[in-house]
Amino acid sequence: MDERLVDSSDRVVSLTETPDMVAHDQPGSRTETNGAPQERTLETRDLRVYYGDFLAIRDVDLDFLSRKITAIIGPSGCGKTTLLRSLNRMNELVPIARTEGHVMFQGQDIYAEHVDPVEVRRRIGMVFQKPNPFPKSIYENIAWGARIHGYKGELDALVEESLKRAALWEEVKDKLDQSGYSLSGGQQQRLCIARAIAVRPEVILMDEPCSALDPVATFRIEELMRELASIYTIVIVTHNMQQAARVSDFTAMMMLGEDKAGEMIEYDETNTIFTRPADPRTEDYVTGRFG
Amino acid sequence: MNEINPFEGNTRRRRRQGIAWRFVFQASTIVGIIVLTALLYNVINESFGLAALELEIDPASLAVDGVALEELSQEQLAQIFQANVSAGLYRRYATEKPFTERTREEVYDLVQERVIRPQLVKTWTLFETLFERDAIEAELAEKYPGARLQFFSWLNPEFVQRPQSSDPLRAGVRTAILGSLWVIAITVIFAFPIATGAAIYLEEYAPETRLTRLIQTNINSLAGVPSIIYGILGLAIFVRFMQPITSGAVFGLVDDPTTANGRTIIAAGLTLGLLIMPIIIINAQEAIKAVPNSLRNASYGLGATQWETIWSHVLPNSIAGILTGTILAVSRAVGETAPLVVIGASTFITFDPDGPFSKFTTLPIQIFQWTSRPQAEFRNIAAAAIIALLLLLLALNAAAVLLRNRYSHRY
Repeated sequence: MDERLVDSSDRVVSLTETPDMVAHDQPGSRTETNGAPQERTLETRDLRVYYGDFLAIRDVDLDFLSRKITAIIGPSGCGKTTLLRSLNRMNELVPIARTEGHVMFQGQDIYAEHVDPVEVRRRIGMVFQKPNPFPKSIYENIAWGARIHGYKGELDALVEESLKRAALWEEVKDKLDQSGYSLSGGQQQRLCIARAIAVRPEVILMDEPCSALDPVATFRIEELMRELASIYTIVIVTHNMQQAARVSDFTAMMMLGEDKAGEMIEYDETNTIFTRPADPRTEDYVTGRFG
Repeated sequence: MNEINPFEGNTRRRRRQGIAWRFVFQASTIVGIIVLTALLYNVINESFGLAALELEIDPASLAVDGVALEELSQEQLAQIFQANVSAGLYRRYATEKPFTERTREEVYDLVQERVIRPQLVKTWTLFETLFERDAIEAELAEKYPGARLQFFSWLNPEFVQRPQSSDPLRAGVRTAILGSLWVIAITVIFAFPIATGAAIYLEEYAPETRLTRLIQTNINSLAGVPSIIYGILGLAIFVRFMQPITSGAVFGLVDDPTTANGRTIIAAGLTLGLLIMPIIIINAQEAIKAVPNSLRNASYGLGATQWETIWSHVLPNSIAGILTGTILAVSRAVGETAPLVVIGASTFITFDPDGPFSKFTTLPIQIFQWTSRPQAEFRNIAAAAIIALLLLLLALNAAAVLLRNRYSHRY
């Protein structure tokens, strides 16, 4: 068992809780929390993404702090998913997509010439909007990723550990050879999370992970996210304002600019964004007055 | 309510419309079934039925000391043979292989062929056999008083085991079946890997450029090119240009290089391979396209390379479709006649093909050749050969379906 795996299920999550750190206000500088430096796992600098000639997101400068949950919110079509997918170079799979600027991962630009996107994606995992388990057994869903990366350890133990971390072990331990599709939607999504963490990533990107789930399953995933945040840096895109408020430590607000390009208009502690946003557009959006 | 509902009164009309279309579609299905039944009726009708046989000598008269011909020993049969044929003919057979070395069955067949000499004078269809028996017997008594009536199943185990012959009573399709199997094996080995590879490249790797689109358009058009044109292509490339290879001469398989010719199984297999390649490519592309992108994303998101994604997710999830497309294409190749006629399949060959460099005939060629004969009996064996071809197709399809179900174990 990984020693980093600590049980944090007793953690109480509420809006009134004070985050462990103060707001990050100066991009490029270290954020100090009670005198201790706060690590930034991911930073974007002047990040622009084009689809053909169309500019999808413009000049995003955003920091994602280690072992924190950062939510990206904003209206439909403002480039939230594009931003998320550019954080582990998944956007490159769209043939016409083009990325400019930098995404620094632990001080290393993942868009640098010699960087292999395959390695980037192992270390920065992804969970998708619609649960997409492989049409294989539950066991194989978890083990496959480890196997292709040449995992040397005991696969059975890895599968168990990953499923436990994804809070799915108790439900599936007796049917590991059954299809991933035999699970319910919420279980499938947790299987996808287990699959993602089986290759030991440092960051997990989640693209509206609960939009296809019912409220009960959504609640379980949110609980899980809070637990995982003790180990992983998590970035989540969501349309659900309550969800952003419930689970995230920091929130980035995106909005369409004049020329239809997405822009990041505000970034702050979640608490601040939802109670005292600096930008009136953010206030309109989070209070539901927008559009 | 004093306002008129604008939607009132059209439900019944819409329903009627639906019912009318339903009948149209039902009628189409029924037409299809009728046509298929007519085809089967036609083939089966010719494959079984009565035939009038005229015998040179009544076998009963050949009985020795009350023992019937079928029961006689090898020596007795050889004596009968010698007594009933001309001296010259006997000598010819004796030089070919001394009678003491021939088995009893061989001598018995010779007696049948040369002494009893059954001749088909008239054949009747299954329908006539079953429903017009009286008319047949009247005709027999009137026109062929010496003939005997016998029920023939033209499709029988011996028909499948015997080689080609100019006598419809002794002709079989073994040579043709083996030829068909050899040709198809070459076709599949040649076309399947190349076509599947091309489909994977076009779907998974090829960038969306004008060149790719041009290639795609060409493949689509090639799938519709008439098969005889592939025959001409095969004749030019495989039979003529690549003659040293397709005849086996470069491998030292031809005794006299001046008589080498490329009209061999391998030339036919390669030609049919070219013919079905575009079809397999298109079918395989469709199957690969049907793999949801969410699976590819999941794989890439885990840090898989493109090849790992294709090998572990795209192919396992499309192999069933790829194989189905291949089965359909191969079924077409099995039944192809025109290109093989052009590249020079043998129409009369009595020895079995023994490798990719031997001459060959195939079932459709055999059927084509028999149906173009004037004698009525050849129609019967052509019908029997058609049933053999259909059974061969069914067997190939069944094998492929089993293979597909086995390798596409889906959750």
